[in-house]
Amino acid sequence: MASKVIMPKLSPTMEEGQIARWLKKEGDKVSMGEPLAEIDTDKATMEMQALSEGVLRKILVQEGESAPLGQLIAVVGTPDEDISSLLSEAPAKAAPAEKQPEPAAQPASRTPAAAPETNGRQQAPQESSQSGRMIVSPLAARMAAEAGVDLKSLQGSGPGGRIIKRDIEAAMSQSKAAPGGTFPRSVEPLKFQQAQVATASPYRDEPSSEIRRVIARRLVTSLGPVPHFFLTSEIEMDRAAEMRRGINALDPDLKISINDIIIKVVAVALVQHPAVNASFQDKFIRYYEHADIGVAVAIEDGLITPVVRAADQKSLSQIAGEVRELAERAKTRKLKPEEYTGATFSVSNLGMFGIDEFTAIINPPESGILAVGAMTPKPVVRNDEVVVKQMMRVTMSCDHRVIDGATGAKFLQTVKKMLENPLYLVV
Amino acid sequence: MATITIREALNQAIREELARDERVFLMGEEVAAYNGAYKVTKGLLDEFGPKRVIDTPITELGFAGLGVGAAMVGLRPIVEFITFNFSILATDQIVNSAAKMLYMSGGQYNIPIVFRGPGGSAYQVSSQHSQAIESWFAYFPGLKVVMPSTPADAKGLLKSAIRDDDPVIFIEQERMYGNKGEVPDDPDFTIPLGVADIKREGTDVTIVARSLMVPIALKAADKLQEQGVSCEVIDPRTIRPLDIDTIIESVKKTNRVVLAEESHPVCGINAEISAAIMERAMDFLDAPVKRVSGIDVPMPYAKNLEDLVVPDVDRVIAAVREVAYLD
Repeated sequence: MASKVIMPKLSPTMEEGQIARWLKKEGDKVSMGEPLAEIDTDKATMEMQALSEGVLRKILVQEGESAPLGQLIAVVGTPDEDISSLLSEAPAKAAPAEKQPEPAAQPASRTPAAAPETNGRQQAPQESSQSGRMIVSPLAARMAAEAGVDLKSLQGSGPGGRIIKRDIEAAMSQSKAAPGGTFPRSVEPLKFQQAQVATASPYRDEPSSEIRRVIARRLVTSLGPVPHFFLTSEIEMDRAAEMRRGINALDPDLKISINDIIIKVVAVALVQHPAVNASFQDKFIRYYEHADIGVAVAIEDGLITPVVRAADQKSLSQIAGEVRELAERAKTRKLKPEEYTGATFSVSNLGMFGIDEFTAIINPPESGILAVGAMTPKPVVRNDEVVVKQMMRVTMSCDHRVIDGATGAKFLQTVKKMLENPLYLVV
Repeated sequence: MATITIREALNQAIREELARDERVFLMGEEVAAYNGAYKVTKGLLDEFGPKRVIDTPITELGFAGLGVGAAMVGLRPIVEFITFNFSILATDQIVNSAAKMLYMSGGQYNIPIVFRGPGGSAYQVSSQHSQAIESWFAYFPGLKVVMPSTPADAKGLLKSAIRDDDPVIFIEQERMYGNKGEVPDDPDFTIPLGVADIKREGTDVTIVARSLMVPIALKAADKLQEQGVSCEVIDPRTIRPLDIDTIIESVKKTNRVVLAEESHPVCGINAEISAAIMERAMDFLDAPVKRVSGIDVPMPYAKNLEDLVVPDVDRVIAAVREVAYLD
């Protein structure tokens, strides 16, 4: 019996996958559980295993091509059996000519007369299976507008590729984890400013990557529906820096960073302030026992937040080791979904780029994120005298639905107190 | 509450209203001595006498006009057609006299009359005697059109129709006279005209069904429940005035709708409901409105062909699965 190989769901937010590499060729023997292909999901490159025995008869989605979840991508069967009925289920491939013009084919400049809103996308050749226009049920269109879901990123599951309610719900539950999920947001019709300059700038369009689209989708579910407010504090870091030097002098292999100390302090402070280590879930508020800290790591064309579980209970050397190991695998996109989801709070550090202070966007359903700036020597007044101290500015973004101003301020006060006197970590 | 047939429920309603208001009288072919062609008027001649329960000659246009005249001078006639197929002969009196008299007399003459009798598909009586013509009457301002599907609805709605001050077309489904159900004993039990009834609550698909289609829709909903689809079944009961609000509310909840009727699809009530849903709930639709109607042919005599024309449980299930994107 020939069997279908379909695009599997390899991450919680995955909607489609790209074949990074086929590990078998057509005609190769395949046994159950053997890796068939490497698939780029929105977050990581994952191995897909064979779920049946036989010979890889037909590859329907080539390396570099994408397919939505559930689409037939290959057929496994016995060497000579007739697989035409299975193949006929494969979606008719859009001939390349029907596809959107390749970005490279776009003219590098346009005439000044071109209205800005068309910006190279002549009449938006929006994808649809057959008719060349996007088909959306009225309900799905309205839901997408209210939830800020980009219809162009969806594959319709209705007849003729019609995008229907369940497709929007699937998109929303993936970008969910977002507290309360469906915060209706009225969408203003887009208004385009007519450019005042005589000639508009030349430009080029590049397709957005999977991860870029997921980031975009998740972030608009944050700053839009999640009411942010921001608290900034300046922290004297001399003692923390001294502690770091001291520990690393004991054993240079430990390689503790200032950020590791910040993670530890934030985690301990979170456990002391349960109201902050919480998540707004619409009908209830979830309070976490441990502080699982998401650490923002920049990777090529995006970012990802691997999670240090129960950081409040781990030693600095454990935290340092884990962060280093997770960050390395994040950069090669080898993280497993459970390693980058489900934090209770996040830390984002741009100090290494010389950023003095910044605000970060909360990763729902977490209740907050701490944006950490650079540590720099500054003149400060101590005992009526100007002295030079290592100062660092942090800004905490809070979800106002669960954290109030004073709650957040008290938490930040604890963070400041502990970073300024890291001995608190051992008392 | 007693469990009785639709036939008995209608009989109770007429009897109670004859007893309650001496202006009410009943006339039609075979209603008195023969106890009614379908025995709906059984025993009424004995109880109320020949001045209140009157056999007429076979002259539909004549006795319909007589009823309109009686209503103009203050009586409250119930006019029975042996079936609504014969009301076609009386349409001038119904459409041009009864429906328009209040308007054309400048509000001087109410016409409190009920035209009632069986309608819709019967069993093997062929094209001229087996058809659903409610949409003709529902077309005209000035007429109310009622189509009950249960004994309780039949009784409560007929009593309201008799008490109503305007002409009411009251169509009983010919195949359903023997259907049983519980009916309240209260002699003042009435059901207001123009109010739909949610026969079954559900969340995934709304089925709007009336008359013969209600039990079929409910059976389909039972089977669909086993397939994991929760159907809401709405019986408008009155098709003019139509309780579109209840239908719209349901569509807003379920986002999908199937309209079932035994009549022809062209210019039918389903077409009207469909347009109203489009006008008022388009942004709530996840699938096109799906109509299930009688096949667009004169009713065949042959049993096998007749079965193909009248919508059945399987056709309703197929329509629901289509709008729920299950196939």
